[in-house]
Amino acid sequence: MVEINNISKNYGKVKALDNVSFTVNTGELFGLIGPDGAGKTSLLRIITTLILANSGSVKVFGLDVVKDYKKIRNITGYMPGKFSLYQDLSVEENLSFFASVFGTTIQENYHLIKDIYVQIEPFKTRPAGKLSGGMKQKLALSCALIHKPEILVLDEPTTGVDAVSRKEFWAMLKNLKKIGITIIVSTPYMDEAALCDRVALIQQGKILDLDSPEGIINRNIQEIFEVSAKDMYRLKNDISSYENTQSVFLFGRVLHYSPKNESSAKDLEEYLKNKGHLNLKIEKGSPGIEDCFMKLMNTNG
Amino acid sequence: MKRFKSFVLKEFRHIFRDVRTVIILFGIPVAQILIFGYVVTNEVKDAKIAVLDLSKDEMTIEITNKLTSSGYFLLVRNLNSEDEIEEIFRKGEAREVIIFEPEFSSNFVKYGKANLRIITDASDANSANMLTNYTSAIVRDYSFSQNKSSAVAGQILAQSRMQFNQNLEGSYMFVPGTMALILMLVSAMMTSISITREKETGTMEVLLVSPLKPAQIIIGKVIPYVILSFGNAISILILGYFVFGLPVNGPLGLLLAESLLFIMMALSLGIFISTISKSQQVAMFISMFALMLPTMLLSGFIFPIENMPEVLQWLCNVMPPKYYITIVKNIMLKGTGFEFVWFETLVLLGMTVFFILLSIYKFKIRLD
Repeated sequence: MVEINNISKNYGKVKALDNVSFTVNTGELFGLIGPDGAGKTSLLRIITTLILANSGSVKVFGLDVVKDYKKIRNITGYMPGKFSLYQDLSVEENLSFFASVFGTTIQENYHLIKDIYVQIEPFKTRPAGKLSGGMKQKLALSCALIHKPEILVLDEPTTGVDAVSRKEFWAMLKNLKKIGITIIVSTPYMDEAALCDRVALIQQGKILDLDSPEGIINRNIQEIFEVSAKDMYRLKNDISSYENTQSVFLFGRVLHYSPKNESSAKDLEEYLKNKGHLNLKIEKGSPGIEDCFMKLMNTNG
Repeated sequence: MKRFKSFVLKEFRHIFRDVRTVIILFGIPVAQILIFGYVVTNEVKDAKIAVLDLSKDEMTIEITNKLTSSGYFLLVRNLNSEDEIEEIFRKGEAREVIIFEPEFSSNFVKYGKANLRIITDASDANSANMLTNYTSAIVRDYSFSQNKSSAVAGQILAQSRMQFNQNLEGSYMFVPGTMALILMLVSAMMTSISITREKETGTMEVLLVSPLKPAQIIIGKVIPYVILSFGNAISILILGYFVFGLPVNGPLGLLLAESLLFIMMALSLGIFISTISKSQQVAMFISMFALMLPTMLLSGFIFPIENMPEVLQWLCNVMPPKYYITIVKNIMLKGTGFEFVWFETLVLLGMTVFFILLSIYKFKIRLD
């Protein structure tokens, strides 16, 4: 269990974290979702004892991040946002180095990393710097896991990784969760939020909302319409100035529109037709975390 | 212990897999010692001199002849007045002027004392120094021979503007200095760079989150460089001995032990630099400017400390290479033992302890 109480962190005048509190349960796959610069990395570094907060306290399995940092470092697997393995050492050398640093061997905990490692094993003599992005992440995850940590902290593990590798990576996290490892993962990708047990939406150092992905969606968004027309730019401006608009933003090739009050698609269609939009299409869509995020950002910011 | 061993093994791999590091570690020391040994020697050969002979007697002519026949000097002009001295220096016609006082030999016979002045073109301070030394040596030699052959015990006083410097022999002077320079650079620069590299690539983040203790990280970083630098020191000595015929007159074991001490000092300085610099570039610049230039300029390596203004002399006293160079010169050239270098050894030891304590104090167990 990780208890975060009233954590604030400043870098000079910039407030990276502003009075953040939440709890991550043991055995949970917890997602920290937010855009770049939201404070995700700072928070993860505080949890992993790498930096000190200006105020507040964090307890990892009852251990204090300031006083008991040595003990926490023994039970934590940490994968920083930047690829932080030795580029000039081979895959195998990296892995056995981190194993021995934590006082274990590859053989001892091979079962933990087997699923992941078999995929990069064919390249085990290759220098880590020459691996592809997806393989680098797999190696970094193997290295973070090799000492059988109780808690795994991953800082944007899937940033810069192709879609297939991202999918595989999340499948691995699910497997790790099954064997009881508590996982905290940060990501800027909203679609990955749905894969977590619970997520915290973070923006400008503040937690906007925290719940299971479904809980967040149900609480924040009643309905979503996917709207498209020939002139998308003008369409967005027109919907923005519509009186019943809660939020509207570009989502792929369509606009996601959510109304303030219960309303039918008919009203909107009429409004837009009057504005002279061509090829107008309005369909009911299923809301996602991104919609919630946009809504929360608008109401809070 | 296994942790530590694999850490050291990892460091060795970093070193030997990077071609540039290997070149800096092994190529540059050899190149430097050869360059300094051959090129920057300041042996005196056919140096142009002028003579202002105000007495023109038997003795002054003999001394002049002795100087020109030595092979070191070439007489280009006989001057008539002191006014010409500045002109001849300005034109670069001569690098040294020797002035004999009036009634030189009669003074020598009558009072047992005769004066001559040596003025050197000090725009090249180092070779000016050498010229003065050579001239004085020849004059002294002549003075001795005069005393032997005649009953008169006389003395020729050579006044010069330069201070005296004992070690005249060409490349001999440079080997101890180059040794200090190389050990300083290799040890301090390479360790500071290798530690800051881990900070830069983010691997320090991972190491910090591991159970490795700061001391283990630091010592693990340093051990490969201790071994490699010590290898460098030995290869410099071998090069010096076989290429330049440089003797090791004192105890070899002591010399190696002192070198090891100096290496430790440089390494602890390197660690200290790495704790205060955030990137490899910063570490490199600090190493270059804070270590290389003072090692060359303020250690007595190239320019004699005795000739410096007092303020700079004080500054020299805090430069570690100064002490190491003194030690090496004493042991190698003068053949003295520990009893003559204990003070310098103590200073180096003190500096090592100081930097190690400072680094441990400054080493961060966290990122910020």
